[in-house]
Amino acid sequence: MKPPLFEYCAPRTLKDAVAMLAGDPGAMVLAGGQSLIPAMNMRLASPARLVDIQHVDGLKGISIENGRIVVRAMTRHRELELDEAVFRANPLIREAMAHVAHVPIRNRGTVVGSICHADAAAEMPMVLLATGGSVVPEGPRGRREVAAQEFFQFHMTTTREPDEIVVEAHFPVLPEGAGWAFEEFTRRHGDYAIAAVAAIVEPSAGRVSLAACGVASRPVRLEASEQILAGAELTPERIKAAAEAATDAVSAPDDMHATNAYRRHLLSALVRRAVVKAASRAK
Amino acid sequence: MNRGTIRPRLPATSIDPKAAVALTVNGEKVSAEVSVRMLLSDFLRHELGLTGTHVGCEHGVCGACTVMIDGVSARSCLTFAVQASGAEVRTIESVAAEDGGLHPLQEAFRDCHALQCGYCTPGMIMNILSNLESDRPMDLSEEGIRDMLSGNLCRCTGYQNIVAAVRQAADAMAAR
Ligand SMILES: Cc1cc2nc3c(=O)[nH]c(=O)nc-3n(C[C@H](O)[C@H](O)[C@H](O)COP(=O)(O)OP(=O)(O)OC[C@H]3O[C@@H](n4cnc5c(N)ncnc54)[C@H](O)[C@@H]3O)c2cc1C
Ligand code: FES
Ligand code: FES
Repeated sequence: MKPPLFEYCAPRTLKDAVAMLAGDPGAMVLAGGQSLIPAMNMRLASPARLVDIQHVDGLKGISIENGRIVVRAMTRHRELELDEAVFRANPLIREAMAHVAHVPIRNRGTVVGSICHADAAAEMPMVLLATGGSVVPEGPRGRREVAAQEFFQFHMTTTREPDEIVVEAHFPVLPEGAGWAFEEFTRRHGDYAIAAVAAIVEPSAGRVSLAACGVASRPVRLEASEQILAGAELTPERIKAAAEAATDAVSAPDDMHATNAYRRHLLSALVRRAVVKAASRAK
Repeated sequence: MNRGTIRPRLPATSIDPKAAVALTVNGEKVSAEVSVRMLLSDFLRHELGLTGTHVGCEHGVCGACTVMIDGVSARSCLTFAVQASGAEVRTIESVAAEDGGLHPLQEAFRDCHALQCGYCTPGMIMNILSNLESDRPMDLSEEGIRDMLSGNLCRCTGYQNIVAAVRQAADAMAAR
């Protein structure tokens, strides 16, 4: 179908962009359009005004500073995926991004857009949560930093205020010697996850970080499993126990993709695989 | 028989906001005043008459509308024409030579019977071409090619022959 009527703005400065967004309660940010435009074409969304941020100064590019990868709002998925410095700083990102849609969609869609869209089955919000990252929204009241843990509230719902633009996402650099893995199950390549898991194993700190998506109303940290693995040797028995503990994180009801029981089974299998792989990559 | 009951109910002036766009399409500069909600796919097809770009689903799933925007593949159904203002767009109409001579990729599609109805073909070609033309090496394993084609749906061929065509085209272009 065709998208409904809207007013279009293409500001050049962040100040103007924030003012245009705040100026109409029906306004929405347009970044890569790869989630918003399909929703408009299907008439699931009908914003009164679109604030296209592609020409806004200072919203392009990636930098690595103070131990974190700063991804600005108009950085396309594909840019982050192919960036060699990002790969060296946090290889989990590239491994996860191969699962986000298809290349033509990654060529246009943005990482920050995906984080703001906050689909409960989307990979990048989950990676932000697994790495302990944050986002930086800016609005008429100024700029603030919000930890991933506080940002994601519910499927497609975040603590971003309607008049705020998220200008950056911060992904911490992986600690020296840490191992990583990303495991996902989908019916078709490029689909949203039926379940996916990211694991980071830090032998020196005795820490294992685990997060999952597709299994609840938002991306979740698998804290019970993390606690079982903390400070301990990663024996097969312990990993099995952690994998079983993860199933309690599954709150998704039966849907057309999978039953709740199947998702529990899937999540425990993915946790086991991810921890084993991440441990094998740790130094 | 005219009973006078059917009357157009269109408002005297359109409330559909418009904007000027200027972009390069297949090397040619074009400019127009379009409705801001006009999709790039509709702009190409209806305003420019470039009907080689096909429209299947209009929500990004089928890949039939794939074109190149600034050198990389993109869904024209998930881009407003206004967003593409200033960009360089390439469509299937730019692929063959001016004298009609086929591109090696098009030849490979013909040789391998990589199309039946042809509905998916322009999108397939634009996606594959953006990979062939990029300076990143292509993964020509069965899995690598299928991964590359995974965002383009074909209801006819079963993909086997499209995979073969990608291989033939990559070999032909490497030999050039
Ligand atoms: C066929 C298909 C398959 C897909 N498969 C997957 C998949 O497997 N996994 C996955 O994760 N995604 C998938 N996607 C979605 C894709 O990743 C989108 O690119 C992404 O979700 C949104 O990024 P965008 O820049 O296109 O955002 P837009 O579509 O422009 O915006 C999305 C939403 O976020 C808001 N927004 C965007 N940027 C900002 C900002 N800076 N500040 C505040 N609000 C903002 C918008 O207002 C809108 O509500 C798929 C999309 C398609 C069409
Ligand atoms: S018409 Fe654009 S992807 Fe189907
Ligand atoms: S040839 Fe008919 S859809 Fe592909």
